[in-house]
Amino acid sequence: MSAEADVLLLRETFGAKILETVLFRGEHTVQVELSALHDLLAKCKNDLGYDMILDISSLDHFGDDPRFEMVYELAPVDDSKHLRVRAKVSEEESVPSAVDIWKGADWHEREVWDMMGIPFTGHPNLKRILMWEGYPFFPLRKDFPLAGRSTDMPDVAFTGVAPLEGGPFVTTAGGEDTVRREPRARVVE
Amino acid sequence: MASPDPIVSYAAYDSKIEGNVIFTRVDAAINWMRKNSLWPMPMGLACCAIELMATASSRFDISRFGAEVMRFSPRQSDVMIVAGTVTYKMALAVKRVWDQMPEPKWCIAMGACASSGGMYRSYAVLQGIDRLIPVDVYISGCPPRPEALIEGLMKLQAKIEGEQSTADQKRTFIDDVA
Repeated sequence: MSAEADVLLLRETFGAKILETVLFRGEHTVQVELSALHDLLAKCKNDLGYDMILDISSLDHFGDDPRFEMVYELAPVDDSKHLRVRAKVSEEESVPSAVDIWKGADWHEREVWDMMGIPFTGHPNLKRILMWEGYPFFPLRKDFPLAGRSTDMPDVAFTGVAPLEGGPFVTTAGGEDTVRREPRARVVE
Repeated sequence: MASPDPIVSYAAYDSKIEGNVIFTRVDAAINWMRKNSLWPMPMGLACCAIELMATASSRFDISRFGAEVMRFSPRQSDVMIVAGTVTYKMALAVKRVWDQMPEPKWCIAMGACASSGGMYRSYAVLQGIDRLIPVDVYISGCPPRPEALIEGLMKLQAKIEGEQSTADQKRTFIDDVA
């Protein structure tokens, strides 16, 4: 079945738990409540044929409540269709792990835990994967500076603050010409 | 058949045997030996390692400078070429390898990331390996061309040429006697 038909089937099955479905340039996205997330993902794998978990990512909507959002990219192995599943997560909640559905979710969820600090229940090995055990911060949160913070774990690792010379240099999207699009220091309010 | 002219020399030794004798200073001899057989310890961490491998290959042959013996054991190498981004996670491992190298040892920081953190002004990248270990030669580039790495090696050879090797070895003795 195509992704469009899958979305309709999911709407029938989960009803009010699906908050929104979006179609943008051929890409289908389903926004679901956190309580129905695991069941929906299991249904996608078992009944709808999404064999592969392509990516698991997370967003930080700093200032909104719920603060975080999980994004799952699903596809079958022959790449005939794609589906995106999103679920909002607040700061105190934890997400049911998708490892029992797809083995490939293991390290993606570890990365989400390491970088964003969203805990997963039922994960076999929820340890930091990029930073080291004992590092006190979650680097990809919006309130963590790009330059980093100083930490020190003797014999394990230390970090310092990188010199940014006035802030991250970013381009302005949609500038009229290349001069206006040149990267400039972004002033963080 | 005329016999060849006898070799006559007015020195007290036979120049046929001792014509291959050179007089030099111990420092010059030691420095010449050291600079022409710098065995690298390739700390190839990222993309610069590819250029390091290319320099070691046949087209750009680092072996011409005596450095083809890429000893991956720090105990058997002279110069550590830090080629690539040094993350904070890896930094202490690099330091540990550096500590295991016996004196005399030198360090080449190859590429932008090893010299100063490169384009990675971030929470995870050590801003230059010289924050941990003493660097002798910095090579800029992202990645530097093999010719640039060879020039860096030649600059290191020039630096070694000017060292005071015996005085450095006997530094504590000299300081006590002085």
